[in-house]
Parts: sequence; C-alpha cells; structure tokens
Amino acid sequence: MIETQIAIIGGGPAGLQAATAAGQTGAQVLLIDNFDRLGGQLVKQTHMFFGSQQQFAGTRGIDIATKLAKQVAALENVQVMLEATALGIYEDGVLLVEQHDRVHKVKAERIIVAVGASERMLAFPNNDLPGVYGAGAAQTLMNVHGVKPGHRVLMVGAGNIGLIVSYQMLQAGVEVVGIVEAAPTIGGYLVHAAKVRRAGVPIYTSHTVKEAYGEGVVEGAIIWQLDENWSPIPGTERDVAVDVICLAVGLSPLSDLLWQAGCEMAYVPELGGSVAVRDELLRTSNPEIYVAGDVAGVEEASSAMVEGRIAGLGAALSLGLGGETAFKHLQEAREQLTALRSGPVGEKILAGLRRVEREVATDA
Amino acid sequence: MRITEHPILQYQKGPKVSFTFDGQELEGYEGETIAAALHAAGVRILSHSHVAKRPRGFFCAIGTCSSCLMTVDGIPNVRVCVEKLRAGMRVETQKGKGVLR
Amino acid sequence: MLKKTGIPTQADLQEVYPRPERLAQGPVAVIECFQRIPCNPCATACQRGAIQPFEDINDRPQLDVDRCNGCALCVASCPGLAIFVVDETYSEDQALIKLPYEFLPLPQEGKIVAALNRAGEKVGEGIVVRVQNPPAFDRTAVIHLAVPRELASDVRNILVEGEPHAER
Repeated sequence: MIETQIAIIGGGPAGLQAATAAGQTGAQVLLIDNFDRLGGQLVKQTHMFFGSQQQFAGTRGIDIATKLAKQVAALENVQVMLEATALGIYEDGVLLVEQHDRVHKVKAERIIVAVGASERMLAFPNNDLPGVYGAGAAQTLMNVHGVKPGHRVLMVGAGNIGLIVSYQMLQAGVEVVGIVEAAPTIGGYLVHAAKVRRAGVPIYTSHTVKEAYGEGVVEGAIIWQLDENWSPIPGTERDVAVDVICLAVGLSPLSDLLWQAGCEMAYVPELGGSVAVRDELLRTSNPEIYVAGDVAGVEEASSAMVEGRIAGLGAALSLGLGGETAFKHLQEAREQLTALRSGPVGEKILAGLRRVEREVATDA
Repeated sequence: MRITEHPILQYQKGPKVSFTFDGQELEGYEGETIAAALHAAGVRILSHSHVAKRPRGFFCAIGTCSSCLMTVDGIPNVRVCVEKLRAGMRVETQKGKGVLR
Repeated sequence: MLKKTGIPTQADLQEVYPRPERLAQGPVAVIECFQRIPCNPCATACQRGAIQPFEDINDRPQLDVDRCNGCALCVASCPGLAIFVVDETYSEDQALIKLPYEFLPLPQEGKIVAALNRAGEKVGEGIVVRVQNPPAFDRTAVIHLAVPRELASDVRNILVEGEPHAER
C-alpha cells in the first residue's frame, strides 16, 4: 500500500498545476500519469498559448509542459509515477494503479482527478475506415513522433482544435484540402482561422461529410452543404480525394473513474458531456475527490492550469495545510479563472457551470 | 512519411531498430509507439472489427478507443497507439478476441 | 464574412486600419484581431506602451499609432499571428510588410517570392528584404517583404519555393 495525502491522477496542465500548488503547501503528493513524461496533451501543442502571463501566454504548449514539469520536480514532497494507469477508486478510498504490469494500492486522503478528455466520433458511412483519425491523434503522430498522418487531409470541424491542427499539418508538410464545419460560422478563434485561410486552406462552413470511401483505407470523402436547418442539400455533393479525414468535432470528458467512484454526475452539453457535480473549489459529492481540467468540463489549457491550482489548494486546505498563504493563492487563482471566462468565449462555460456547481460537501 | 525538418520541433528519437509486422521486417525508432512505427512504414490497417471484419486503424492515440488492438510478442489486445516499440518485437494482426493465458 | 470564411472583410479591416495620414508617416502595426478572446501578450511585448495595457484580459488590443514605431516585437509575440507592420514609405513605389512566418524553408534575403492575400491567393510578387528569427522571437520568424505599394493592404503571407505544400 502506498500512502499519501493527495493523489493526483493525470499529469497534464491541470494535474501538474494541482501538484505544484498542493506540494507548495507541504502536502505529500503523488502524481500519477500513464505516459512516459509529464505534460499531458501539452507535449504536442507547438503553438503559442493565449491567456495572460500567469498562464504562460505567448509561450508554446510544448515549452509550458517543460516549465510545469520542472516546478513539480523541484518539490521533494511530490512523487511522480509515470507509465502508470489509474484503474479504479473503491469504496474504502483505495485507488488501484497499474504500472509496468504490477498493480499498486494507493491510499490517499484526497484524490484529484485530472484525466482530461477524449475525442468524439462523428457518424457517417465508412467512418471506421483506417485513415479517419482524431485530430489530436494525428497531432500526436506529427508532433510527438515526427510521422505524417498522410499526404492530403480533410479536416472536419472548425473549432480551435480543427484550426490549430490544420495549421500544424501545413507546418509538417501535409496538404490540407479544406476544413468542413457543420455550423454556419467558425467556432474557433478567428485569428486561428485567418492564419490557415491565408495559407490557402478553404473553410467550408455549413458543410459536413456525407461519407468516406476507400478500399480498406480512406481514399476520399464526399462532402455536402447544409441548409439553415442543418439538413443536407442534395446536389451539393463534392468529391475530395484525401487519404486522411481528421475529426475535430469536440471532446468528451474522460469521466469513467468518477462514475466508477460513485460521484454525483450530470450531463452538461456546454461542458462537453458527463461531468461531476462539484463546489467552487472543484470538490465533488465525494468529499475526498476533486476534479480539475477537461474532465471537469472541456475548456482551454489556460483555464485547466488555473483549475488545477484551485483543486490542489482546495484539497490541501481541506487537510489543514497551507494556511493563510494557500488561502491567498486560492483567491488569486479564482480571480484569474473569472477573468479568463469573462469574455464571450467564456459564456458557454459559465452557463454549463451554473448547472453543476453547488455546495456539495462540508468539511468533517 | 517521416517529417525530416520542422519549423518548431526537434525530434528526440531513440536508436533505429528492426521489428516484424506479420512476418515482414520493418524499421522504427525505439521508444516511439508501435502505431507510429507502423504508420511511418505505411501500415494503416491495424485490426478488424469482430463481427463484420471491417478494417480498423489508428484513431485516438491515447489508449482509449480500442481501434488499434494487436498481438505483440504473442500477447493479444495490446494498444499499439501507446505501447512502445522495442528491438525485435513481433507485431501481428490479431485474429479474434485473443485468449488470456 | 470573417466568421464564415476566415477572411476579414473591408469593414472589419477599417475598424483596425491606421488612417492614411499615419501610414504616410512610416511603419506602423496593423492589428488584425477582430474578436474578444482572453489574450494579452501583444500589450506586454510592446516596449513603447503603444499597445495599451488591457483592463480586461478579453479586451481587443488598442494601438496608440503615435507611439508605435513598427518595431514588430508584437508581430512575433502574438499567439494568433494576427499582427503585421506596414510601412508605406519604404520606397517610391514599394511598401514594406513585416509578417509572421512559421514554415520551412525560411526564404532567403533578396529572394523574390509569391505574395499572398488573406485568402492565400497569389496577388503579386515581393522581395524578401530581411528575415528576423532571433531566439527572443521563439521560432516565429518575421519576414520583411517589399511589395508594390498598391498591394500593401492586401499582402499577408508568402509562398516560398521548396515549401512542402508550395505546389498548390
């Protein structure tokens, strides 16, 4: 049995910041991640981040990963378990973790779940053909492994991921024949749209994939236009020869562990799917379990980092650690999060949060 | 399919190693995922659906979607999108659901 | 329309474009940021206080054109790659555009390259006068491109021969 005060599952932007914030209060922290290095999906984000200086704005995601991991490494009371998969959280609060074919029992007084989100599928005939890839998966191939996902790509979805990954494909020397977006307008930041557009990539709003085709693997796609009721318009079909169709149609929180642990859950479309009901400090209906980052609601890495700090400080404070300083840092983090969400892009998140944020627990 | 130069990134690669895919000798870099090595070698069909036997490939790259299960060194249901390549690995297209030993 | 195509309209541009009198005085930043998003590195990068400090992180950048000298520090620091510098006084018949560029190969100084508009269409040719890529720019190179002056408000990208997707 490994005993610790705070176990954090997931070493992405939220988990790393949770580990640093909790570690700085003096708490014994165990940070668990299933990859061989810390950073989560930051390790493939080659673009400069938005936000303010507190969230490393203007720095590339790959470099933010390094900075955050260094902060964690500087704390002796934070232990890191890599290539370790959290399997389940049981009634007695024991967390099972598999690492290198061995199962470890972890008993922590608080668990922060910061496991992120996974990519959504889109229904169309032949969407199971090899060559239909999640956009983030294609990004991993290119930016982590240095392998091109294909030669000619159709991107599906003009949210930030679709726009950013399209741009990164151009940087990797992959042709992007176009970006289709079912909504009538581009969902991602317009500056991202403008930079792929001026590189010659057309963006087809009110369009979707009718079907993919190919013998064994993707050889092309038929796209067509949608009317104002999102119904396809017959006769608008266009055949695009591509070897990759990338799906960037949103993320779903990886909520399995929270369901399994018996946390009260709610389906909130604005937050990407099923998320845990929690209080303002991200504590769930199980007072020992906190959430942070995309698993708490799909948002940006900048807000994930701040949520991580809030959960880390909240968990430490609930154990009587950190005192005045931690409380002050907590207030600062909450102000930063409010600021990040105060613009038009934060409206959707705030609407979602109103549906899951409530008083869920009081300290024993 | 390998990216030779990149405006932002410098790739840290392990040593070049050989492995086999369904008996065919291929090369990849130690420490990259098996899926990355196969993709770089042009292998895109990784598995087949159980009932309709439709080809399946890489999809999520984070070990959650089960689209890339293969038999590696005799062990079935290995998620090759997260399992790392080592020298001499025997990677095979899996037939059926695999058997626990 | 920008929200449908990714291409800003004349009306969008008019909102952010410096007045002709200012353009006639020399280099100045053109901040093509049309949406309130939580982002402020341009303001923190500006050494001259020309980009006003943000009250709200979601504010759109406000440029004091009289303080701006077109130094292009903001060009390299904008995460959206949405800032350009335009110098309409560069020569008798040419304007100089400073634009962010994150592709390989970088163009060589003195080379003639295709000049692209905001839709990625070739609208003419430009001469690469200078390529700035110091460590402080963190891999966002700033290309100084001389173009015919009538293209100054149109040219926002280049196509370099040998670029992997240059055949398009």
